[in-house]
Amino acid sequence: MTKIESITGTGIPLLLDDIDTDRIIPARFLRCVTFEGLGEHAFEDDRIQDPDHPFDKPQYQNASILLGGRNFGCGSSREHAPQSLIRWGIKAIIAESYAEIFFGNCTSLGVPAVCAPRETLEILNREIQDHPDQELTVDLTTMKIRCGDQEFDCTLPENARAALISGTYDFLAQLLKSESEIKERAASVPYFTSFA
Amino acid sequence: MSNTKNLFDKVWDLHTVKTLESGQDQLLIGLHLIHEVTSPQAFEMLRDRGLKVMFPERTMATVDHIVPTQNQARPFEDNLAEQMMSAIEKNCREFGITLLDVDDVRQGIVHVVGPEQGLTQPGMTIVCGDSHTSTHGAFGSIALGIGTSQVAHVLATQTMALGRPKVRQVKVNGELGPGVTAKDVTLYIIRKLGVQGGVGYAYEYAGDVFDRMSMEERMTVCNMSIEGGARCGYINPDQTTVDYLKGRPFTPEGAAFDKAAEWWLSLASGPDAQFDDVVEFDAADIEPTVTWGITPAQSVGVSESLAPVSDYPEDEQTLIKEAFRYMELEENQPIKGQKIDVAFIGSCTNSRISDLREAAKVVEGRHVSEHVKALVVPGSQLVRKQAMEEGLDKIFIEAGFEWREAGCSMCLAMNPDKLVGNELCASSSNRNFKGRQGSPTGRTLLMSPTMVAAAAINGCVTDVREMLSAVTA
Repeated sequence: MTKIESITGTGIPLLLDDIDTDRIIPARFLRCVTFEGLGEHAFEDDRIQDPDHPFDKPQYQNASILLGGRNFGCGSSREHAPQSLIRWGIKAIIAESYAEIFFGNCTSLGVPAVCAPRETLEILNREIQDHPDQELTVDLTTMKIRCGDQEFDCTLPENARAALISGTYDFLAQLLKSESEIKERAASVPYFTSFA
Repeated sequence: MSNTKNLFDKVWDLHTVKTLESGQDQLLIGLHLIHEVTSPQAFEMLRDRGLKVMFPERTMATVDHIVPTQNQARPFEDNLAEQMMSAIEKNCREFGITLLDVDDVRQGIVHVVGPEQGLTQPGMTIVCGDSHTSTHGAFGSIALGIGTSQVAHVLATQTMALGRPKVRQVKVNGELGPGVTAKDVTLYIIRKLGVQGGVGYAYEYAGDVFDRMSMEERMTVCNMSIEGGARCGYINPDQTTVDYLKGRPFTPEGAAFDKAAEWWLSLASGPDAQFDDVVEFDAADIEPTVTWGITPAQSVGVSESLAPVSDYPEDEQTLIKEAFRYMELEENQPIKGQKIDVAFIGSCTNSRISDLREAAKVVEGRHVSEHVKALVVPGSQLVRKQAMEEGLDKIFIEAGFEWREAGCSMCLAMNPDKLVGNELCASSSNRNFKGRQGSPTGRTLLMSPTMVAAAAINGCVTDVREMLSAVTA
């Protein structure tokens, strides 16, 4: 798998708290058997109601780094949410904090979801709005965000960081290696053997 | 086993296959529940890699999210929904998984069906591609919602990679007042701890309030753990748990049941169990609770008014303003008396037989307000059947409710049951997010099923306690 050491691209600002997965991709678009086409529906209902929504603004159409607030991705476990962001073009997210299932989904899809303090997010928010063409870099090797000549600290749990930079974020291959241990463990769990 | 270990740690340790290089544990999964929305892409991943399902007998499938609740004749009118039905039928057939399809009397909402069938048992690790999997923690299991990639991992290996959360004990002691339900307890906890208060934690619910609750009430509490940001929630198994499980289709029988029961009870956190955090609430402080905003933490007691924006911490005010704007509600307004358009009793939080019985008590002999569209959607076909045997359907129908078939329905509106425009819905479901109930501008007030029933009758948010006292007077 691709090693993800850093992501560089322009930003899109969405500095709001408690953005839930129903907003990221409304439930009616989950009526599908593949993730194809979900990108065009990212934040669809918010966009209908807010003519100034960043996902509709021309200056952000090529953005790949999403700026969020606190508790980003709360709500449903639907992987459709990060899948929709990825298909829209998002490659990394910077937010104050994340809901855990959303964070796990992002990591397993190779999208670094890093945390930064509110002050950093507010500076980046202004920078992105003032200079939409300005590129940002989220560097997982140094855990820094670079924006022009400014540099900020960010955080990512070490296991997620290690998985992304070593290209092992899709755990399936690792899990598959343990077939004999899995069966051994199962044999020691009382209900797997019907309490025999 | 060590007395200092809590249930979560005992169950986690038992299921740990190994610690991966990432530091996460490879956790063995005891029960994998699947449904039509989050599984099709996972089966495609298996096909792409030429993999099989490792333990098909530990996987159970049902259909719930997209199932219509009026006409369930196939093919469904919605072609996209029909495609999803065909996909899960094909996938289950090909991979050897039992499917409780719409023509099976056991079909229903995945989190209602698991416990009802006795599939959900203490000490298990349970996952499902649905965040309300936390429901199953009511039995003293570790029950986690997962994404579709993880659904594929579990299908292929019966394991998943997961970092171990911390454990917070949430204690509620004392006596709940009359008319105060499990739903009010869980809404109160979320209000106090916040929608992200549980991030990084599993919640152990403890204290005499939970000890006295029925299994169905415990499920309601655990169901909404995820709304408070917790990875899962659980309640220690006790005699109530054992009694509930006895005689269910997938529960062990005879000597195996006794052995199972002994093991289940041994898993409970002991008196010396250690926790990473403990919080405590007094049951007497809880009243029937209603959400007014756009997150499940934005709620008030039914006798309260909506606090002005200036009462909130500065960093929350943007969101609070947005909640007032979206909900079209005013600062300082009492929530009681707020006119509603729709009343929905259903969802994995509150669609069980006990919910319908309690709501029917409020409804009996009364009539739904003229301007309200009200519907009851049982959580499973068996709940529906039971309710009809008890005559609850007639009580609801005579009062002017629509009596529907089992499914997730208007909780997230992936089927035809949707709010229209900016309708305001009193709902027994679990999420009041913007657009959640199918209309981009639809509005949701979460409350208990009895509070929904009361709101349906009066056409506005009502303190159900006033109606209950009228019944007993």
